[in-house]
Amino acid sequence: MASEPLIFELASPGRPGVRPPLPQFDAVDPAAVLPEGQIRGALDLPEVSEIDVMRHFVRLSQRNHSIDTAIYPLGSCTMKYNPKINEVTARLPGLLEPHPYQPESSVQGLLALIHDLEAVLAELAGFATVTTQPAAGSQGEMVGLFCIQAWLRSRGERRTTVLVPDSAHGTNPATATMTGMRVEPLGTGPDGNIDLAELDAKLDDDVAALMLTLPTTLGLFEQRILDVTRRVHAAGGQVYGDGANMNAMLGRVRPGDLGIDVMHLNLHKTFTTPHGGGGPGAGALGVQAHLAPFLPGPRFVKTDAGYALEPAGPDSIGRVHSHVGNVGNLIRAYTYIRSLGRDGMREVADDAVLHANYLRARLAPHFDIPYDRICMHEVVLAGTRQRRLGVRTTDIAKRLIDYGVHPPTVYFPLIVDEALMIEPTETESIESLDQFAEALINVADEAKAAPDLLHAAPTTAPVRRLDEVTANRSPDVNWTPAD
Amino acid sequence: MSYSPSTDADRARMLRTIGVDSIDDLFVDIPDAHRDPTLDLPAALPEVDVLREVRALAEQNRVPEGVPSFLGAGFYRHFVPALVDQQLLRSEWYTGYTPYQAEMTQGTLQSMYEFQSLVCRLTGMEVANASLYDGASALAEAVLMCRAITRRSGVVMAGTVHPAYREVAATYTQAVDVELRTVDAWTRTGNDVAPDIEAVAAAIDDTTACVVLQRPDFFGWVVDPTPVVEAAKRHGAKIVYVVTDPISLGLLTPPGDLGADIVAGELRSLVGPPAYGGPGAGMLATRQAFIRRLPGRIAGRTTDLDGQQGFVLTLQTREQHIRRERATSNITTNQALVALGAAISISALGPAGLRDLATRSLSAAHRCAEALASVGATVSNAAPYFHEFIVHAPRGAEDTVKALADRGVFGGYPLGRVDPRLADALLVCATDLTTRADLDALMNAWQAVHRG
Repeated sequence: MASEPLIFELASPGRPGVRPPLPQFDAVDPAAVLPEGQIRGALDLPEVSEIDVMRHFVRLSQRNHSIDTAIYPLGSCTMKYNPKINEVTARLPGLLEPHPYQPESSVQGLLALIHDLEAVLAELAGFATVTTQPAAGSQGEMVGLFCIQAWLRSRGERRTTVLVPDSAHGTNPATATMTGMRVEPLGTGPDGNIDLAELDAKLDDDVAALMLTLPTTLGLFEQRILDVTRRVHAAGGQVYGDGANMNAMLGRVRPGDLGIDVMHLNLHKTFTTPHGGGGPGAGALGVQAHLAPFLPGPRFVKTDAGYALEPAGPDSIGRVHSHVGNVGNLIRAYTYIRSLGRDGMREVADDAVLHANYLRARLAPHFDIPYDRICMHEVVLAGTRQRRLGVRTTDIAKRLIDYGVHPPTVYFPLIVDEALMIEPTETESIESLDQFAEALINVADEAKAAPDLLHAAPTTAPVRRLDEVTANRSPDVNWTPAD
Repeated sequence: MSYSPSTDADRARMLRTIGVDSIDDLFVDIPDAHRDPTLDLPAALPEVDVLREVRALAEQNRVPEGVPSFLGAGFYRHFVPALVDQQLLRSEWYTGYTPYQAEMTQGTLQSMYEFQSLVCRLTGMEVANASLYDGASALAEAVLMCRAITRRSGVVMAGTVHPAYREVAATYTQAVDVELRTVDAWTRTGNDVAPDIEAVAAAIDDTTACVVLQRPDFFGWVVDPTPVVEAAKRHGAKIVYVVTDPISLGLLTPPGDLGADIVAGELRSLVGPPAYGGPGAGMLATRQAFIRRLPGRIAGRTTDLDGQQGFVLTLQTREQHIRRERATSNITTNQALVALGAAISISALGPAGLRDLATRSLSAAHRCAEALASVGATVSNAAPYFHEFIVHAPRGAEDTVKALADRGVFGGYPLGRVDPRLADALLVCATDLTTRADLDALMNAWQAVHRG
């Protein structure tokens, strides 16, 4: 496929873009009202016609894979169908146009919607209260660890260690560092559970929290979860839940009932707000009652006089967003939850888990599965058998591209060699699951019979394999015209 | 209704393949006492009924289409070309994710590269990342970058930086050795409030990691930052500029020409209405020397095996999925779709369009100020401003705002929320979307409120 020119290469001096609104007022000369030196000279931006801008970005979009194109089984990301009604409700003028500082009496519908969303999320996940302010899961993690620190301080304690299993998302240790804490890794036993003996050995009076992903990134439910949370609490620590994998639990179990003190929910994963090519997400945070006083403000409250934004209390860890969060995504999540209702929630978890186990069963003869038991919403394979044939997981992934399906998450979790982490989600049909399984099985066969096909892949994508080494060594991240 | 296409026959077939009898058998690892809780949730609704319900909530809100609004204060309404949202509704953009498989996501990667390049041109900087959550967290990350670059802990924050941004910076830095010092950066003489850039300059010393200024600042002013720039250079401190309205860059000297080391800003106004504050997108741009300190995703241009141009995520060893506890930040998901919208918007408006929106906003604000003065309002004329200005509200700004809202106009932002010494100061904003009719409504309401 020919490459698409850069927007800069479509420009021509003097070419008009979209017309701005007609002036409503007599013009004021900026030079007459602004201080000297404060008005810029030339604005070095491309001059492109409207139709060329439209075509350029349409053509670029066509060089993308998306959920609406075909299966996108990226493990840990929950790439499920994004209902189109969500996009309609999020664009209703009454929800899209309000200004953050208009009077609360003039945004009662919006305040009610977010208040009710927080209440439903708290009920679903088993927490005393939920804040929807964090813009994504990672920001939720940061708020959660700050809340734990503040709670410890309120009890006259200072603890600085965070236990993080070796299977955890990279955000967990990165968040611990941002919150000034020290990371102590925790091993995973051969059954895929936390090693309780190691946990006991590491639980001391400096442990502020255990960060636990449930189900784990191995796609497994921690079988001794109640033992784990009980031990952490007995040692005076708190349990932080990484809720990236909530899709497996909807309606089946509430993490808050299992001893988890605080957990974020990725609304862009479990609650179908679109991933947007990388964001925006939304990272609601649920906490048990003892942590509630520390949450960021403002909080959405219902009073006798209606819905209101209540300023943060004296113990709050502080604000993390310029206003109240990614409201557009909260509207989408609310729309989804109202569409599903109580029974739909459980059907999500049931089919997500069923679909993952179906792929596990179909792929088991062809790939190593290091932790081979009933999985939850995702299954983690290892390309170790294929590596012995001189084929790496990268090669398997790149060959899948030639089959028109998006590869799974690869080389994660770090504790699985040559990992392939597959999360099909509940919204794929059995035909789609079969197509994906057959593509992967074909690739496994090709690894034996014709490994060069894998090494050369992809050949049907807009580009072939890219030179990442040069890109890192001499980064070209800002276009300059060629000489 | 879960949007799952599986039928009972499909499920039976899958269960047989797995070798279990029922779906319940897949959930046996959950502790018995906690499995299948009774949930107090409403029943499912078909699409049209959900729409009806959400529309009823939407219609309870009053919005600028029906209520003339002079609210700005960090969240601005500007003209946005129709093609922007048409693009953002394309499935190929909004239902993909972070481009982990570059060959399959060249569209997103190239658009990120173009976004970064456009942001650099707009701000006068050398490198930019592919977005952060919002302007406030962008400032927080900028402060953390300066701490890492200088190994100093002092931060001199102008009091004319958006109050919510300052709060978020304080939240992000609460657990590390950063000492935030807020300097008023303004003075008051009678009803006139004026910038005090010298006060900011005087607060910089050899322990200062960075000084933070906003442009135009929260009070609407465009101030010559030279005293601060000189003091920062003298003491080896970094200079961070906050930009809450990117349209202003269509007209104003870019921070890169004013000594900026980092620009932290918000892009929402290029993409759509305020949306009650989000999702926006944070921009973070800096100088080449600091590229490896940048948090978040960065797209780079490279070539494929055939020598053809292509794009990849680059410098990923800064990021949490590789570097874990040694990453520059914990950010993963960013605000890519909003950033894409900003790139499309900048491309569609072009340099002339951006400058027009900026000069029209400036003209609208200055004409509004004249009009308010003509009906007896006292406008603070102490400093040059872009599209926001301060009006003296003798009965108190909160009370004035409420009285104006009762008459169907959102009159502005009461500055007493920032500082009690400004309880009688009202921040009024006008842009290219402000109409004559809006202004007439404000003037009438103002007169009615202040008549005896």
